[in-house]
Amino acid sequence: MREIIEILQADGRATPERIAKMTGLGVEEVRDQIAAWEDAGIIRRYKAVVDLDRLRAIDGTEVITALIDVSVSPERGFGFDNVAARISQFPEVRSVYLMSGAQDLRCVVTGRSMHDVADFVAQKLATIDRVNATVTHFVLKTYKDDGELLIPPTEDHRLRVAP
Amino acid sequence: MKPLNSVIAACPPSGIRRFFDIAASMDDVISLGVGEPDFVTPWRIREAGIFALENGFTTYTSNAGLLELREAICADLDSRYAVSYHPASECLITAGVSEGLDLALRVLLEPGDEVLIPEPCYVAYAPCVTFAGGTPVTVPTDGADGFRLHVDTVAAAVTPRTKAVLISSPANPTGAVQPREDLAALVELAVRHDLYLISDEIYERLSYLSPHTCLAALPGARERTVLLGGFSKAHAMTGWRVGYLCAPAAISELAGRIHQYTMLCASHVSQMAALEALRAGDSDVAEMVADYDRRRRLFVKGLCEIGLDCREPGGAFYAFPSIAGTGLTSQDFAEQLLASERVAVVPGDVFGPSGEGYIRCCYATALPLLEEALERMERFLRKVSA
Repeated sequence: MREIIEILQADGRATPERIAKMTGLGVEEVRDQIAAWEDAGIIRRYKAVVDLDRLRAIDGTEVITALIDVSVSPERGFGFDNVAARISQFPEVRSVYLMSGAQDLRCVVTGRSMHDVADFVAQKLATIDRVNATVTHFVLKTYKDDGELLIPPTEDHRLRVAP
Repeated sequence: MKPLNSVIAACPPSGIRRFFDIAASMDDVISLGVGEPDFVTPWRIREAGIFALENGFTTYTSNAGLLELREAICADLDSRYAVSYHPASECLITAGVSEGLDLALRVLLEPGDEVLIPEPCYVAYAPCVTFAGGTPVTVPTDGADGFRLHVDTVAAAVTPRTKAVLISSPANPTGAVQPREDLAALVELAVRHDLYLISDEIYERLSYLSPHTCLAALPGARERTVLLGGFSKAHAMTGWRVGYLCAPAAISELAGRIHQYTMLCASHVSQMAALEALRAGDSDVAEMVADYDRRRRLFVKGLCEIGLDCREPGGAFYAFPSIAGTGLTSQDFAEQLLASERVAVVPGDVFGPSGEGYIRCCYATALPLLEEALERMERFLRKVSA
């Protein structure tokens, strides 16, 4: 069953028919298992992995990504959870993590421009109660994203026919 | 000019070569004709190779190879198969199994000695026996029972000149894995007739349905077995040319003597990379094996669905379906399939007469290409039967 998840993590469009052939399980069994995971919220959704740098090169679409360290005063009884939940609600915020080390939260934020992101930080993020300080790091280039290598792939150097 | 060596001149070139030449000249070919992984060597291993270059590990190593690597190989064999070799005297690092095979044959054979080789088999076996001065004697196996090795067929081929049996499980080209009891029976036969066993276990990590049986680990086998292994298939390291030969000291010592004067040592950089493969490569191997296994299931099922009879191959990364239903020979099938649908497979007869009526398809190919190849093959089959 674990194998079904692994196949879907690598290719969200793998059909139950194909997965059944790959694993030797029955098609219905695969379909039911996937549905169960979807119902249980284990599989959250299926989406495309996009190389934003290439997209920009083609149609000029600008997407700026920033990693923002947020220093937070924890709250008695809730720790960082309330503030983190408040930050997580913003659609500009792609990910939020509670971190070990000097800063408390790390957020991944995207916007149309550096100005957009800076505005969001100044107007929304930094003004939240208990947020003491923010440090914004803009992403300049993405080499690998969520396991996907975005630099040119290695070519197949194999001979066409070999013993 | 005086004539060149007549033994070598008389040895025909591999039947694969001709196919390679045709396929290489065509566009849009989906190749199922390769004999190697489609993965690039895992990064941690390549990185270890780069580190070795950067730090100047560019010299000879000891003839037998880095002791650290031999220790790691022997420890690995011991932990997985409970077969014990002494790293200093019973293990030799070779330039792939290919060199190890050549060394083993040259050490074991006197002129005219016969070597029994179950076929279909890897294309180099018989020529290497010939080059070593021996006589290859092939033993047919039958696709109808999954190319199982029947010990009585082997026994029937034994003569007073028989010196050794050369086998491979899992096998190229059939993907067949020999059951443990059949291998044990082979060992008994070898003991009875005092034969050596040469076991090419390059595909040992690629056994999908049952744990691999290491021939040398079977009772009575170790003292008469030359175990050949390597990194090419499991760790996707074909181009690094690094493998090993493990055998009792008397055999290893003589193999080392040839190696010392001919190869000198295996590539230092490759040995450093192989060491990393053994130290940290298990998770990469597990991932690649799981991936081959998925493609194996999908492809074999696909072959059966388009009407080619294919028994489930238990190992390696080859499917070896029968094409007997088409009425074509293996050569004709492969040539016409390539010409009309641009799918390259290898005709089974190049691996021995028992391979006639079969084709070898390597499923170490990207999934979408495998599916596309199946569609093209189905179209071809419809044309052929029309």
